[in-house]
Amino acid sequence: MSEALTEARPAAPPDAATPIIELRGVSKRFSRQLDFAAKLAKRLGVPVREDVVHAVDGVDLSIRKGEVVGLVGESGCGKSTLGRMVAGIMPPTAGSILWRGKDLRSLTGAEAREAKLRTQMIFQDPYASLNPRLKVTEIVGEAPLVHGLVRRSDLGPYVEEQLRRAGLDPSLRRRYPHQFSGGQRQRIGIARALAVKPDFLVCDEAVAALDVSIQAQILNLFMTLRRELDLTYLFISHDLGVVEHLSDRVVIMYLGRVVEEAPAEEVFKHPNHPYTKALLAEVPRIEARKRAFAGIQGEIPSPLNPPSGCHFHPRCPFAMERCRTERPALREIAPGHRSACHLNDGA
Amino acid sequence: MSAPTLEVRDLRTHFFTRAGVVKAVDGVSFTVERGKVLGLVGESGSGKSVTGFSIIGLVDPPGRIVGGQILFKGKDLATLSEREMRDLRGNRIAMIFQDPMMTLNPVLRIDTQMIETVLAHAKVSREEARQRARDALGQVGIPSPEERLKAYPHQFSGGMRQRVAIAIALLHKPDLIIADEPTTALDVTIQGQILAEAQKLCSNFGTSLIWITHDLSVVAGLADDIAVMYAGKVVEEGPVGQVLDAPLHPYTVGLIGSVPSRNHRGQPLRQIPGMTPSLLNLPSGCAFRSRCPRAEPNCAEPPPMAEYRTAQSARCIHPHLEEAVAA
Repeated sequence: MSEALTEARPAAPPDAATPIIELRGVSKRFSRQLDFAAKLAKRLGVPVREDVVHAVDGVDLSIRKGEVVGLVGESGCGKSTLGRMVAGIMPPTAGSILWRGKDLRSLTGAEAREAKLRTQMIFQDPYASLNPRLKVTEIVGEAPLVHGLVRRSDLGPYVEEQLRRAGLDPSLRRRYPHQFSGGQRQRIGIARALAVKPDFLVCDEAVAALDVSIQAQILNLFMTLRRELDLTYLFISHDLGVVEHLSDRVVIMYLGRVVEEAPAEEVFKHPNHPYTKALLAEVPRIEARKRAFAGIQGEIPSPLNPPSGCHFHPRCPFAMERCRTERPALREIAPGHRSACHLNDGA
Repeated sequence: MSAPTLEVRDLRTHFFTRAGVVKAVDGVSFTVERGKVLGLVGESGSGKSVTGFSIIGLVDPPGRIVGGQILFKGKDLATLSEREMRDLRGNRIAMIFQDPMMTLNPVLRIDTQMIETVLAHAKVSREEARQRARDALGQVGIPSPEERLKAYPHQFSGGMRQRVAIAIALLHKPDLIIADEPTTALDVTIQGQILAEAQKLCSNFGTSLIWITHDLSVVAGLADDIAVMYAGKVVEEGPVGQVLDAPLHPYTVGLIGSVPSRNHRGQPLRQIPGMTPSLLNLPSGCAFRSRCPRAEPNCAEPPPMAEYRTAQSARCIHPHLEEAVAA
């Protein structure tokens, strides 16, 4: 583990062995329901193809308590879908999600409710994720009241404390979301998520819509909250700079599959997968002056019809015959560093 | 040609709204030489896009250019008639927008739109126009341009659409292209491709480029010069290396400190406190002073733009002269 990590979190949890959340072979497929005419045609023997999108395709992932895991990928790679499944908003099509060692689907009653409450999500768009017709105090106070975390008589001070912790002036609690700026709205979203005392936050592009200076404020807030509340994060972003700054471990996805996973420093120093290397090369860096941009060849293929074998092979400069037919497995190439590439077998 | 491609002098574009006068652009000056890239950097509401719209003459009411000069190859655009301006727009000056769907008509095929653009400014046959359109598509790296000409905008991916928009901007090999956040909505790998096209363009045709963005890291790799805007004014300008390595204005310093990759991992980011003030009621004097760690009482006087180092100026009375901001 990195030095930055041990510094940031002096009291490392002893039970680091049990992951707070574990994904085993999780897949999510979206398919379009056949309409009546298509169903009829199918019954009459016409070959009708059902469009199926493999948004997430057999992902294994475990997140230990107190960890910040960064999930990186380009649009359409399934990172948001994965985040939604981890947060329990969306059930997986196949595979299982274990919350503290128990399958989410087997949980019932109080335990299921607790699992839902302890995992909260922060969304990308602070404009769309807040109900415009509710006052801030209602947005933040509704869930803890419903779930019996606070009595109605104590709700006022409770909400004020949540707002203060998220860096908002409690005197603004009677206002509506439209009266706030983007950064402030994201703080409301954070206050709402934290009001039900979660220990695990899924942040889906939580700073992508914000200006640089506001983004820095929110990132600092995330780090302070992590220290104070001992939070665990799954931080989903397309911005490698943000992920590098915040994460202990980085997971890189391409077209529904994890292609590489390693401690943050390791990924940025010794990327293994050709996709990771290309991605890192493309990130504009403030240190780099007047550089020649090159660009990875080609486009991201459609997830409706992904390439066979390794999904990256049509764009990969090192593609071999085997890459076209065989899906590479995610294998450990160094302690804690896993990569899904056939090139690693050659050595 | 001795005159620079573009010279903007004390440009002021105000919006006369019911709530009051919004000074979106309030005294902006800069120069873009032939074949050079100027990075116009600022956060939302800093006036960087309105500056771009003012140059190409697309400011809609209640907005109006109330002062200053826009000299395009030495000629003041403000003195041109609407007809003369139309001859320039899309011909000698082109614009690329953040959302390519703003440029493209969703119900017309790409060839219809591109041929129309060619014929608007060049007296050529339809077949010749089609050739030019195809060549432009090939230039921006669209595979099989002949077939793609027959496609509709919705049949392209976001990155490809932006390439089509760039191809349209290229049709008349303009002297100046204003690009307003053209890669903000794109993925990193696609952004890399587009930036590569932009670089080729400047070196091959001597096109000047104004690249409007909030992303300092993009500008670092692409631009020759940089102008940082805050609340409608340029607060710092100079060669890109100088401004990013040794920024003068406290706002530039804060902006650079806010970029995550530059900082050490896990350490708090150096953040700028507070938020951008409303353009409706700016504080008197320096607009940044309520957020500035170096603010002094005399910041209540409007600070002048002053050249503190060769070619690098800042609108600040107590700039960071002593120390280079270390990474």
